[in-house]
Amino acid sequence: MNERWLDFSIKYGFLILLIGLIIFFSLATNGFSNPRSAVFVLQSVAITGILALGVTCTLVVDGFDLSIGAVATSALMLSAYSMVILEQSATVAVLLCLFMGAFVGLINGLLIVRFKVPDLLATLGMMFLLIGVQRIPTQGNSIATGMSLGKGVVAEGTFSKAFLWIGRHRFDVVIERLLPMPVVIFLVIAVLIWLFLGFTRHGRMMYAIGSNERAAELVGVHVNRYKIAAYMISGVTASIGGILLAARLGRGDIASGNNLLLDSVAAALIGFAVLGAARPNAFGTAIGALFVGILLQGMTMMNAPYYTQDFVKGVVLVAALVFTFYLSSRRTGAGR
Amino acid sequence: MPAHALEVTDLVKSFGKNRVLRGIDLSLDYGSVTVLMGANGAGKSTLVKVICGYHAADEGSLALAGQAFSPVNASDAIDKGVVTVHQSIDDGVIPDLDVANNLMLDRLATKGSGFFVRETKLRQEAQRLADSMGIDVDMKSRVANLSVADRQMIAIARAMARKPEVLILDEPTSSLSATEANRLFTLIDRLRDAGVAVLYISHRMSDIRRIADRILCMRDGAISGVFEQSPLDYEAAVTAMLGHRMNEVDFSAQGGSEPVLELKALKLTPTAAPIDLDARDGEVVAIIGLLGSGKSQLVEVIYGISQAHSGEMRIDGKPYKPESVQQAVQRGVFMSPKDRGTNAVVPAFDISNNMTLPFFSNFSTASFLRGKRLRARTSEMNTQLGVVCQSEADAIGTLSGGNQQKVMIARWLMEPCRLLLLDEPFQGVDIGARRDIGKHIRASANGRATLVFMAEIDEAIEIADRIVVMTEGSIKGEHLNQNIDLAALISDISGSESMRSGQSL
Repeated sequence: MNERWLDFSIKYGFLILLIGLIIFFSLATNGFSNPRSAVFVLQSVAITGILALGVTCTLVVDGFDLSIGAVATSALMLSAYSMVILEQSATVAVLLCLFMGAFVGLINGLLIVRFKVPDLLATLGMMFLLIGVQRIPTQGNSIATGMSLGKGVVAEGTFSKAFLWIGRHRFDVVIERLLPMPVVIFLVIAVLIWLFLGFTRHGRMMYAIGSNERAAELVGVHVNRYKIAAYMISGVTASIGGILLAARLGRGDIASGNNLLLDSVAAALIGFAVLGAARPNAFGTAIGALFVGILLQGMTMMNAPYYTQDFVKGVVLVAALVFTFYLSSRRTGAGR
Repeated sequence: MPAHALEVTDLVKSFGKNRVLRGIDLSLDYGSVTVLMGANGAGKSTLVKVICGYHAADEGSLALAGQAFSPVNASDAIDKGVVTVHQSIDDGVIPDLDVANNLMLDRLATKGSGFFVRETKLRQEAQRLADSMGIDVDMKSRVANLSVADRQMIAIARAMARKPEVLILDEPTSSLSATEANRLFTLIDRLRDAGVAVLYISHRMSDIRRIADRILCMRDGAISGVFEQSPLDYEAAVTAMLGHRMNEVDFSAQGGSEPVLELKALKLTPTAAPIDLDARDGEVVAIIGLLGSGKSQLVEVIYGISQAHSGEMRIDGKPYKPESVQQAVQRGVFMSPKDRGTNAVVPAFDISNNMTLPFFSNFSTASFLRGKRLRARTSEMNTQLGVVCQSEADAIGTLSGGNQQKVMIARWLMEPCRLLLLDEPFQGVDIGARRDIGKHIRASANGRATLVFMAEIDEAIEIADRIVVMTEGSIKGEHLNQNIDLAALISDISGSESMRSGQSL
């Protein structure tokens, strides 16, 4: 009886908590339970959610990517630079960013599998490198139309309409202008990564690598290729996050995106606890991101001050980790 | 002075239902080296762990220098004078510190030895200790940069700094070269002369010849032989270790037809003698040899993990030189590795995913895995091999060792192959599962050649058509498994310089 109860709480505890929160906020505040508020929550977590899905892929192969936040801000600056200063089209800007993300992922992967740099250190180094490099072309300034380029020249390019559309367009779903584009992209990426990790043989082999790399190697899995692929996925999703951020802001703001890394890693780790998976998984990551979003939205509507937000995130994360590692290890009988 | 340094009487230790030690009696004398031999799973490590305080004995007693001795934990055993150097050397040293600090580590950890470290004094004392052991390394070099042998010596020297009565060395030469091992033996000679009782665990014949004063053999959790009369009877010791209850062999040895694998003048190391070996279609060949005989290298070379020094391999008459595991698998060479826990089992996966891991592409459409097909095939294989489980979706960790091993073997029996390599397939497997696996390997042997690498004679006789003995990186002899001459087989394994070594092969 006791064991069944433990099993049940490990599996559904987090989801029940989530539903409990929604009910609580709906009763305690005015206007929490309406479509616009739901969309607002989704929108607030879309970008961190996308980054978190990427970091989930690296967690699956027992790696870690600390550079995602820096990749996202680099994509933000790169898109602004290519449109405002180089006066390129939206398509060029987007392609440049995606390519940059994939390239950074490739370098991360090569550092880790070829040069044997531990994953945390390699991606930490890459994070510093990117934070530095994105400031060089603009001498540390943010990028906006009309900014001075020295010698009396002024940047004349603008963020194109098409580019801003990616970040600001809202689709009509039942209610007019309800669903923002970033939320759609978040949901699409979540479904794609969920399918890839959970249902394709490639995803399954990545889990095998994460669980016992040596065994995977000895059955002939291309371990290094999969690891590099995981970092490339992570780089590309991070650059998508950066593009959405740029399109929402409409300028190359050097200071934005500071919180992206920690928030998205937290979402992926909270995801371990969802459905008692005790391992990285796309569904859990998406729920983890939503959980944080709902909690913050509800608290804001109950007039909790903004500066308590990080504290609340921390509490949720620690609770989820205890959930995953303590309870699950008790269930499997203190193994491995 | 009491007669024996350490005396163990009627020691029993069980883990759950598994009786690992069933009444061990042994004694160690001052100033003598006792070698403990035993195959994998004989209970050597458990015995050592009881003596050095990791496990408590269930029954029986230990006496150290005539006094009752029951260590509560590892450091208690050390305090009382039993020091153990374990198999994995890096447990015994701290790689990032220099030699002097490593040698004096226990001093640093002692209470009241001062807050600040006095480098010069520390280094002098370390140097004195090293000199007394005949160790010649720079006190300032980092241990991580030293050779395995030097690290081993430092671990032992540190142990000796505590002036123990009993020193236990657990397979100390398993990663040493011949010259490095020699330095270790000189050190052991020195310790013997100083009156230390040494228990030396190994089944490398060359070591045993060099240093043994007495030999104890363990088998299935009991002492199966004590040899202390000079000259020591090494062949009898090997027999006592490996045993040879004549099992009823219920098959007739197959000659096989076409050769599938041919090894021509294959040299594993520059100094080893060349290997020539054929394995034919339908044939099961057991390759047996003790630790360090080179069978692990041979597996790695055939499976593309490492490269041979020179020579040639052929499969079905065509040249075969795999540079990676993928290339080997592509040519139809499959391998089930030893130590399944580290090399084969994927703990996060259930039974069906563990089993089908190498062949995911066969079970997927446009990269999407077909769960039903996966489970259906697994359940088929489970029935064939008699895997006992609730369902194919059980976590692999819920299975017993024998059943886990069945799953790991089934992994490679699922698809047809040209050459199947099984490295220690009966490691940590109960007798029932062993029979099931052996029977299935024989039943499915047609259409491929099978090489089984193992240490135990019994197991080889149970499964093989032909038994090939390896020592020192090369083939020592071949025996057809029919009215087999056990004496000749054992003398091959122990590498004795009898007259037969000239004739065999």
